[in-house]
Amino acid sequence: MRRLLQTLLLVPLLAFAPPAAAQVPMGEASTVKEGLEIGASTSEIAIASDFRGADLTIFGALTNADELFLAIGQYDVVVTLEGPRDYATVRRKERIFGIWMNAQSMTFEQVPESYSLASTRQIESIDEAPSLNSIGVGIAHLPLNPVGYIADSGSIREFRDAYRRLKLANGLYQRDTSGVRFVSSSLFRASVKLPANIPDGMHMVRAYLFKSGQLIAQRELPLRVVKTGIEQAITDAAHERPLAYGFLCVLIAVVTGWGASLMFRKD
Amino acid sequence: MTVYLPIAELSVNIFIILGMGAAVGFLSGMFGVGGGFLITPLLIFYNIPPVVAVATGANQVVASSISGAITHFRRGTLDMKLGCVLLVGGLAGATAGVWVFSWLRRVGQLDLFISLLYVVLLSTIGALMLQESLRALRRARNNEQLPLKRPGQHNWVHRLPLKMRFKKSKIYLSAIPVVALGFGIGVLTSIMGVGGGFIMVPAMIYLLRIPTSVVVGTSLFQIIFVTAYTTMVQAATNYSVDIVLATILMIAGVIGAQYGVRVGQKLRGEQLRALLALLVLAVGIRLAIGLIVTPEEIYSVAVGGLSY
Repeated sequence: MRRLLQTLLLVPLLAFAPPAAAQVPMGEASTVKEGLEIGASTSEIAIASDFRGADLTIFGALTNADELFLAIGQYDVVVTLEGPRDYATVRRKERIFGIWMNAQSMTFEQVPESYSLASTRQIESIDEAPSLNSIGVGIAHLPLNPVGYIADSGSIREFRDAYRRLKLANGLYQRDTSGVRFVSSSLFRASVKLPANIPDGMHMVRAYLFKSGQLIAQRELPLRVVKTGIEQAITDAAHERPLAYGFLCVLIAVVTGWGASLMFRKD
Repeated sequence: MTVYLPIAELSVNIFIILGMGAAVGFLSGMFGVGGGFLITPLLIFYNIPPVVAVATGANQVVASSISGAITHFRRGTLDMKLGCVLLVGGLAGATAGVWVFSWLRRVGQLDLFISLLYVVLLSTIGALMLQESLRALRRARNNEQLPLKRPGQHNWVHRLPLKMRFKKSKIYLSAIPVVALGFGIGVLTSIMGVGGGFIMVPAMIYLLRIPTSVVVGTSLFQIIFVTAYTTMVQAATNYSVDIVLATILMIAGVIGAQYGVRVGQKLRGEQLRALLALLVLAVGIRLAIGLIVTPEEIYSVAVGGLSY
């Protein structure tokens, strides 16, 4: 699986490697802005039901990169894979009359169900927290906006921390601070992790290019994750044709119960 | 060998599920109960989400009740008319129950509510059964005769209007308590994933004064249709019936039940009932502990949430 993904994604990207002749001569102020290219030959990944997680390798290239800045490592790349967005509700249990029950809850607006990040180094050392927050890059910087009016603003922070902790714990949110490596001066390779429990649907690969801590270029690629196999067929049937599915469940029960009483009849 | 449960969204050891199904099937055959009130808590202990455990438990009860109902139908110990009146209430109750179930799920109190209901029901029934069987054991040891208790001729139930004649049961009874009983059992079926026989049978005997001979067959008749209906409605509204889990449980369950019946016929009733009572109590206590002990993680995340 892993090797297949790599080769699929590598082929078209070599085309983006910057031609040497296009380089701006050293010493002159570069008039052409740096660019970032990523690409993939596939926009769809099929995951079988025995999927236990994999790495998705994405190749990319910097265009019009300044040799001097490259040499002293002033370029940083962050690649993220964001899952489909939905509302998420975090609940907190409290002891009420001796029993632990869900008491407070907070719903966050349109957060990605999964989020996997790869970067050249710790993203907090690439850029400062406020500007990461404003672009929403990094697990700690994803915007988590509560829905509705929250009277107790102090608890927002706790709920946000809990959300991130739980998502990291179940593997849906992941980060790899050495997941992006330059394979040549301007060609890079990023591996983002696909968790075993990756949700299906429209995912988005986003690549960010930072120069001396400034975001200067950004690219994105849609990636559809499709689950295959008998288990997925069952899930689809349960959601798309629920009445037929329910009827089948009852039918199996009737046949099993009746069959057993016929098989074990003493007369 | 692990098997992936597509609706519960987790991988489980197939032998544990088979063992659970067979054990509960064995017990249900031995004691003549549906087994829903044991299978659902066991699934919850095995980390199956309660939403799935309840809906799948209802489906499993269909299979475990059907052979009993067929037997009673053949023997003629099934009052069809009484069963249909019960069923009217049962279907209405199951509909209301699924509605409550979905609402509790939306506000995040479903797991708690299921556990609480189980704790209350299992500990009450377990305690009553234990008391009854201990008394019977003591009586057997002292060689006492069972006092022949003639149930009182009439109680308040028999003064209600809308009387109907149930020929097979040889009883003239108001439809109101019958429908109400069916309704209550229907609610329990959809919220707890049980057939409800363990409540319906005593209620029919002691409250409605229905002859014991038709009680079990008639209650099985109503249970089959209410659990089948609940399975359909749960599948249609909460998408929470796991067909893989249900099939494994049912196959193991019906086979286990056949052996349970044979063993049950050889063993002494009072001791068996005392054992079942202890088991029921243990499950109830285990659930109660889960509610009281401080959880490791007090936060939980659910996808969605703009539904209120």
